[in-house]
Amino acid sequence: MLAIRCRLPINSSRIVSAAGVITRKEQKRHASLTMETLNPLVKEVEYAVRGPIVIRAGEIEKKLKGSHNFPFDRVIRANIGDCHASGNQVPITYIRQFVAGCTYPELMKSSNFPSDIKSRVERLLSVCGGKSLGAYTESQGIITIREDIAAYIQQRDGYPSDPNNIYLCNGASDGIKTIIKLLMNNNLEKPSGIMIPVPQYPLYSATLSEYGAYQIEYYLDEGNNWALNIDELERALNQSKDRCVPRGMVIINPGNPTGQVLSRDNIENVIRFAHKHQLFIVADEVYQENVHLPGSKFFSFKKTLMDLGAPYNQMEMASFHSASKGWHGECGSRGGYYELINIDKDVRVQVNKLISACLCSTAWGQAVMAAIINPPKEGEPSYELYKQERSAVVNRLREKAELVGRLFNSVEGVQCNPVMGAMYAFPRIELPKKAIEHAKSKNMAPDAFYCFQLLEKTGICVVPGSGFKQSPGTHHFRTTILPPVDQMKDMVEKFRTFHLSFLREWK
Amino acid sequence: MANINPRVIKVEYAVRGPIVIRAGEIEKQIKEGQHNFPFDRVIRANIGDCHASGNQVPVTYIRQFLAGCTYPPLIDSSDFPSDIKQKVQRLLSVCGGKSLGSYTESQGLITVREDIAKYIQERDGYPSNPSDIYLCNGASDGIKTVIKLLMNNDPKKPSGIMIPVPQYPLYSATLSEYGAHQIEYYLDEDNNWALNIDELERALNQSKEHCVPRGIVIINPGNPTGQVLSRENIENIVRFAEKHRLFILADEVYQENTYLPGSKFFSFKKVLMDLGAPYNHMEMASFHSASKASKGWHGECGSRGGYYELINIDKDVRMQVNKLISASLCSAAWGQAMMGAIINPPKEGELSYELYKKERSDIVSRLKQKADLVSQLFNSVEGVRCNAVMGAMYAFPRIEIPEKAIQHAKSKNMAPDAFYCFQFLEKTGVCVVPGSGFKQKPGTHHLRTTILPPVDQMKVMVEKFRKFHMEFLREWK
Repeated sequence: MLAIRCRLPINSSRIVSAAGVITRKEQKRHASLTMETLNPLVKEVEYAVRGPIVIRAGEIEKKLKGSHNFPFDRVIRANIGDCHASGNQVPITYIRQFVAGCTYPELMKSSNFPSDIKSRVERLLSVCGGKSLGAYTESQGIITIREDIAAYIQQRDGYPSDPNNIYLCNGASDGIKTIIKLLMNNNLEKPSGIMIPVPQYPLYSATLSEYGAYQIEYYLDEGNNWALNIDELERALNQSKDRCVPRGMVIINPGNPTGQVLSRDNIENVIRFAHKHQLFIVADEVYQENVHLPGSKFFSFKKTLMDLGAPYNQMEMASFHSASKGWHGECGSRGGYYELINIDKDVRVQVNKLISACLCSTAWGQAVMAAIINPPKEGEPSYELYKQERSAVVNRLREKAELVGRLFNSVEGVQCNPVMGAMYAFPRIELPKKAIEHAKSKNMAPDAFYCFQLLEKTGICVVPGSGFKQSPGTHHFRTTILPPVDQMKDMVEKFRTFHLSFLREWK
Repeated sequence: MANINPRVIKVEYAVRGPIVIRAGEIEKQIKEGQHNFPFDRVIRANIGDCHASGNQVPVTYIRQFLAGCTYPPLIDSSDFPSDIKQKVQRLLSVCGGKSLGSYTESQGLITVREDIAKYIQERDGYPSNPSDIYLCNGASDGIKTVIKLLMNNDPKKPSGIMIPVPQYPLYSATLSEYGAHQIEYYLDEDNNWALNIDELERALNQSKEHCVPRGIVIINPGNPTGQVLSRENIENIVRFAEKHRLFILADEVYQENTYLPGSKFFSFKKVLMDLGAPYNHMEMASFHSASKASKGWHGECGSRGGYYELINIDKDVRMQVNKLISASLCSAAWGQAMMGAIINPPKEGELSYELYKKERSDIVSRLKQKADLVSQLFNSVEGVRCNAVMGAMYAFPRIEIPEKAIQHAKSKNMAPDAFYCFQFLEKTGVCVVPGSGFKQKPGTHHLRTTILPPVDQMKVMVEKFRKFHMEFLREWK
């Protein structure tokens, strides 16, 4: 057979016949990467927050642009904690001025440019190579930022924090993956095990799947505001001991998707438990600045550890924070950091070496983190506007946290724990038996089936509880509380109508 | 240390390794005042960082664009160039809430991917689909993702990836981290660091018992070697990879850095396509970088902008890739914006064109000048031989090290060229990376320096080197 030299579009399924044939069969013969040879661990990875239902929402949005049969004219995206996208807020002014100044210092010559932001910019650029944000930074991140983060932590907790223990990363997700990697033993027969909450933010299950680690699932107590019960932690750990080497424990506080803000007591008990079993604590505290319920207060794991004194104050742990959440919501910046606490110095040398191979995290993300962690102070020119913008965001979130929990609880067959913190509601729904059976026949989790129906009938995109794992036999979904108030009210009303008609349909 | 992931311990990355750490300590001491060093500054020639090395300042239109995307009220000013304003508006129009602070699609902003696809199409003459483009946190991030796809998680017979020697140590670091087998193929120093097919066959055959060979990494233009592969060489590599069913990882981050008259960059994709069947159906990935693209003439290393194009990938596999990357949501939006600015520069007739053109030629001609200069100078030192710097931004001279020095280094458990480079640092303040950090033919010794410091600094550096080298030869005769 002669080969014709021709320009076929890639992914073409066209078959060129006659002399010189390129068939799809030949196309496959020399494949070097197929589903059979793809890394099997990659196939195990799932991430519901951007999973099938979100993909479907995207398809619907596309169709809505033209002629369509949907009984709605827009998709309400309540699947992801993205503050700017959802309309919860616009960017905070001083943050953007700061980053713009760092990007194009010429701007600061203008008399409009606030002097307090200008001096912050100059301070940052003075430690950048060639005074440019375009230079690689130290692998741990720019020193002045790490100093400011250490100062923030020290002020928050009352205990010293060392810039050498601070690591800037591409969003908390990146840092979390790095830390979990350290705990892996690469032993297929008895892999490292990490305790993760159920329900959990699915980055954890995705990462553990990717790494071939064992997921030690501990159930949060829905009947008790999603608390962590020590009995349950012991149960989970004991049941896993044959199958893995337990190495660490993840706590998400405030919780995602559950929104719980752990009591001081609860945190102390968790620490004692981790100490007893020599577990490395992975404290995901990215929502530390999102506490809504009056009476709820954020207690950092580090502070609690230190307050407990010996031997707890020597325990190794990592705490994560992010530029994506809080009152700033700069998700796209991929700013984030972790503090390594009480880490063995030789291990720290290894961490530094590991991260150096990717050089450094995004300098722009670092700059955003710098702005966030060191906001204008009272008396400075940018203070008033910042204060106003920040309170607007925080008050709106608070208002919606209260509203959403209440509204969901007013729907028959729906029960929603109060949204104490973070940015999500995680209502529990009773699904009729028939619907559950039908879902199973379609190889779908019942709440996934429910959420797809909700999407197709109302345009509302939320994430099924099965995407976060949950107590078997229960069904939930996660919605953000980010859309503007009136949109949220509208959303819950649409939900109410849908839910009642769903109950009728599947009675 | 007893229970840290054992693979992490194996990871090495010389570009920021022990010698660079030592350089940092020395800088601190010099800053603090009291010191005994026979020099008053450290010349950092270890890392391809254009802004830091003083080679250049940021390109104006890029920073204006990024500033406009960051703080849109700026674009309403009468000073703000209208062509950049339009570009900003186009980008923000596809961002959630019209803000760079929203998560983007996991593959990256659509307009940036469209522009990249167009760039590739213009470069190669073959279609490129935005759906095959993936923006990532620097090429390094993308490279790690793609290599991960090829891993089999079988400790007895792990996946093997062919990597050049010398190589950019991200590859050896990643393969160590993943527990994969490193199939090392030697580049031919006597032939401008070419890839010989015999050598590729040898390396592959020798590895077959220890691993399942899955892919081959080619760095073109090369790092640290700077070679720009001939068209023919690339064709032969493609045929070799096809014969052995290897996935091609084409690290082409220096595609915009070629200097030698007669050197021309040929993209692996174009060559693949030009070769026709069956080669034009081979799966491969090509990587580019804003850091490096930065390398090209923009030098925006800190932005961590980068992308890869997946070519001829099975559609089911692509879905898996999309799923894998979605768990980390998306790459840095500012890095994506950076990549967008770089890949779509001002065109002739547009307002920002003249300034951009001038800034670009300044940088490019400086690099060209230094590429010539540096290898010439190194070749003028006795016992030093340096291949021409055809592309990228490094010189990789080979040094003869006296036997006594080699023995001494071994007694200290150091690679001979590492010992040499540490001495060089302590005596002159010049920080380069030992050849052992990149791997090299056993018995040979090299060092890698960038060609980024300003011309006069580079001249000073090579003179210091000449003096040091002569003394070193005398001392260790």
